[in-house]
Amino acid sequence: MTNYAYTIWIPLIPVFMFLILGLFGMKMKGSLAGILGTLGLLTITVLSYFTAYLYFFKTGEPEGGFQAITAYNIEWLAFTDTLRIHMGVLLDPISVMMLVVITTVSLMVHIYSIGYMKGEQGFQRFFAFLSLFTFSMLGLVIATNIFQMYIFWELVGVSSFLLIGFYYQKPSAVAASKKAFIVTRFADFGFLVGILIVSYFTGTFDFDLLTSGDGNIFQTIGAASFMGVSAITWALLLIFMGGAGKSALFPFHIWLPDAMEGPTPVSALIHAATMVVAGVYLVARMFVVFHFQAPGALEVVGYVGAFTSLFAAVIACTQFDIKRILAFSTLSQIGYMILALGVSEYGDEAGVGYMASMFHLFTHAMFKALLFLGAGSIIHAVHNNDLRNMGNLRKYMPITFITFAIAWLAICGIPPFAGFWSKDEILVAAFEKNKLIFFSSVFVAGLTAFYMSRLFFSVFFGKKQHYHHEPHESPLVMTFPLMFLALASIVAGFVPFHDLITSDGKSFETHLNYSIAIPSVAIAVLGMFIAFLLYYKESKVPDKISKSLGIFYTATLNKFYFDEIYLFVTRKILFNCVSQPIAWFDRHVIDGFMNSIAWAIQKSSFKMRDLQSGQVQQYAFVFVSGAIILVLCFAYWLN
Amino acid sequence: MMNLQDFLTMRHEILLILVAVIVLIGEIFISDKSKHVIINLTIILFLLHTIVGFLPIQEGKLFGGMYQNDLFRATLKNILNIGVFIILLQSSAWIRKEENRGKISEYFILLLSTLVGMYFMISSGDFLMLYLGLELATIPIAALAAFDTHKNNSAEAGIKLILSSALSSGILLFGISMIYGTTGSVYFTEVAANFGKESLQILGFIFFVAGMGFKISLVPFHLWTADVYEGAPINVTSYLSVISKGAAVFIFTIVLYKVFGQIAEMWNVLLYVLAVLTMTIGNLFAIRQNNMKRFLAFSSIAQAGFILLGIMGSNAAGVTSVVYFMLIYILTNLGAFGVVSAIYNASGKEDMRDYNGLYKTNPKLSLLMTLALFSLAGIPPVAGFFGKFFLFTSVASLNDYKYYILVLIAVLNATISLFYYLRVVKAMFIDPNDNPIPYFKTDTPARIGLLICVFGVFLVGFVAAIYEAIYHFSSFI
Repeated sequence: MTNYAYTIWIPLIPVFMFLILGLFGMKMKGSLAGILGTLGLLTITVLSYFTAYLYFFKTGEPEGGFQAITAYNIEWLAFTDTLRIHMGVLLDPISVMMLVVITTVSLMVHIYSIGYMKGEQGFQRFFAFLSLFTFSMLGLVIATNIFQMYIFWELVGVSSFLLIGFYYQKPSAVAASKKAFIVTRFADFGFLVGILIVSYFTGTFDFDLLTSGDGNIFQTIGAASFMGVSAITWALLLIFMGGAGKSALFPFHIWLPDAMEGPTPVSALIHAATMVVAGVYLVARMFVVFHFQAPGALEVVGYVGAFTSLFAAVIACTQFDIKRILAFSTLSQIGYMILALGVSEYGDEAGVGYMASMFHLFTHAMFKALLFLGAGSIIHAVHNNDLRNMGNLRKYMPITFITFAIAWLAICGIPPFAGFWSKDEILVAAFEKNKLIFFSSVFVAGLTAFYMSRLFFSVFFGKKQHYHHEPHESPLVMTFPLMFLALASIVAGFVPFHDLITSDGKSFETHLNYSIAIPSVAIAVLGMFIAFLLYYKESKVPDKISKSLGIFYTATLNKFYFDEIYLFVTRKILFNCVSQPIAWFDRHVIDGFMNSIAWAIQKSSFKMRDLQSGQVQQYAFVFVSGAIILVLCFAYWLN
Repeated sequence: MMNLQDFLTMRHEILLILVAVIVLIGEIFISDKSKHVIINLTIILFLLHTIVGFLPIQEGKLFGGMYQNDLFRATLKNILNIGVFIILLQSSAWIRKEENRGKISEYFILLLSTLVGMYFMISSGDFLMLYLGLELATIPIAALAAFDTHKNNSAEAGIKLILSSALSSGILLFGISMIYGTTGSVYFTEVAANFGKESLQILGFIFFVAGMGFKISLVPFHLWTADVYEGAPINVTSYLSVISKGAAVFIFTIVLYKVFGQIAEMWNVLLYVLAVLTMTIGNLFAIRQNNMKRFLAFSSIAQAGFILLGIMGSNAAGVTSVVYFMLIYILTNLGAFGVVSAIYNASGKEDMRDYNGLYKTNPKLSLLMTLALFSLAGIPPVAGFFGKFFLFTSVASLNDYKYYILVLIAVLNATISLFYYLRVVKAMFIDPNDNPIPYFKTDTPARIGLLICVFGVFLVGFVAAIYEAIYHFSSFI
């Protein structure tokens, strides 16, 4: 048995970094702050890789599959004998994988930011926040119990808020950070209620008890139901609501595109690879409970995932801001991961969806971080986000071009790049469980290939642009992470996930299913080909097509007016019909009541002054009559 | 005949009388010019006495059970000693004044004799000793209240106190005589054994409560308080509101538990009524006061109402909460009185409006006053919060909805009290003033006294060992 107690340092080092940079950052030079933060991250990256090596390969797969190990646990709060909240480190296949993903991407983003954020005001603050975010995210994935997860979940929300609003002088950034925080916080309300329901019935927060498999602790919950749906289903749906908020699943997707107001490295770290997969991670963490206790809830999860992936992919085809295209693409890919969980069974080959979801999470983190960092490199060079102002950049930025191309092929699902392998597994899982979801997913694969190729061709090929400044390749500190992640995007697909991360911890055999792989690749190539025709050279055809689509195109361009609908509901309905009356009630009734109490006390105290006349005979009278009244009362009371 | 054992049992009383006698002899032998020596002499002697008080004592009963001493009672006396020591420090500057020339030893002897009375009261084993101690504790205070002979309101305070206390003593004695008549004894143990629920006994009991209520200044037996507190010299006022009240609370608790324990159900209701009246009326009066001494007087009435809540707990935790609260109350109230007295000695001002802008000129005193007032109001983390918290817990642990209502009333009253405590804070920190009280230096003894209060207010709240020690001693009741 290996001793993993050292893993407690993985979340602790970033939080120390946060404190150091936050408290003393302004006293040190910017570059020193950046290097300090990066060194801290490098340390925990090494620790995480080491842990993964120990967990997966050194110890190896024990008899009966990989087991969860509680490496560290301290009691934090004790409510009852059984209901206690711990803080600790839980190591199991998915948390170890997440450690690797988070530290890798975070390290790359740290290195990249040294170049990208150079000369920005608040450089030290930026690195302090990055450390805080990394700490929160690590704490979330290694949580031993759902309450610890919730605490870090909220910390993730806060640090994301701080990072999106990093350019706090920019009104749009401030609005975006508030929007992200409020939307995710609203969803977290459901998460908390779900946690409370589960802990109320089971008397525990601990994952190892909740997911122990026999489900005995859910016996009490079985009988309870609300509106014809069992309590556990409600609880899990509410927990999933929290996950949907963080993962920006429909209908909580509205915050993610706006969150692109943050610095691009932040988008790469938070809104591509880590925070937004928290919801996926949450469902995976609770997968056993979902599967055995509430299959209905799992079905909902599947449909939400499938719909989000389709919905976001359609919108992505019409956007012009390259970061927003990537944001919608992220939504779509997270939808993939969620739907894979939704269609998964438990155990062996039937659990391929679970494996595929985690696999896609892993590969997607690599190539999407690469896409975002590549986009950052492009924006850095041309000082613009708009697709229409770019073109022919391959000549100016060869490294960005090549690495971006690798990521492009990976996300389109072209073998042998990473995205192909994981997407293929997802399609296999969907095919076996739900044909509707399967066909939608295949269609989304085609759409993905189309909009990513549109982006790719418009930026690197297309018309020749006249730039104010000649674009140039980014410095090595920025291109190194690109190259590293490009390498990861190539090899990540060959990681044998079916041996390592499965629903029951036991490895199983997978084969490439040609009857699914060939059509999916074919439809991806088709999508790429259409995009090639339309965008490789400058042409008027795209405009004509969009005009002919008319209202549908406009609706898509405006993201189906979801922002406007939300604004209408909150501003017009909630503010006017609920908040205003409550405010009136508070101001007049509550305050009025309190003020009148104060007024009455003032008055009665004024009236009572007469009692204190200064005359001893009156004092004596009050004294004696008081005593007599008491005697009468208590003699009466006695009899 | 007293042998050495008995001497050790009565160590507190005998040592204190010894201090008083030494002061008396000093008065004879020290020349008029250097009478000030007596001040420091008394303070030092009393400090020694206080320290010796903490040494282990010999438990036992004397005079056929009229007098008894044990660890619990010794603890109570020690708590009073700490308070009296602080008061001696605070009064040092005032008694040194020219107007008090020739009355120095008078002040100390009177003060110490009342304390002896309180000791006997606390250690009493029968109603007779209790009454004697009570009178010994009261009559010299009347003289002290009239100490400023050149001031009319000081004389008024003296005469009012003596008249009111004569009345209350009469009622108290009347009550005791009825208890004696129905039970055939004045000894606590025998009264407790023979006490039934006859109406005459209840009558006697309620008269006894009225007499004690006078000392603790419970409503409606409180009316003397404001006038006496206002007229008496400030250090006498603080002595009255803190030490005198504390001793009465202690013996009241002991008698209720030990003698009338079997009618606890009945006196719980009685105390319920008195507590609600005392808290509410004390607060309503305090709101309107502008004279700092009167203000503190009424605030101390309201505080007495809170103390009753702890007594109602009827168990060791209840006693502990009362003693613990009294300790905090002594330190806190003496802190507040110490500031008022320092300001009075320096400027002769004692109106709340004179305190406007005090923070600008005397920041340390203002902060200290704020701390004391916060503690009186029961704001965490100062000790006053813990004191009130345990009182409320004690009564809430009776687990009856009517006691929850009582706690609610108490909490509401604590909120009201916050209002008038904050009025003083507002005056010191916020209200503007063109002529604030100028900066002055507090004399060293008073400073030491204030320092003890400040440390005490934090220490007693945070050091759990103090609460545990009191809990331990309370089990000896």
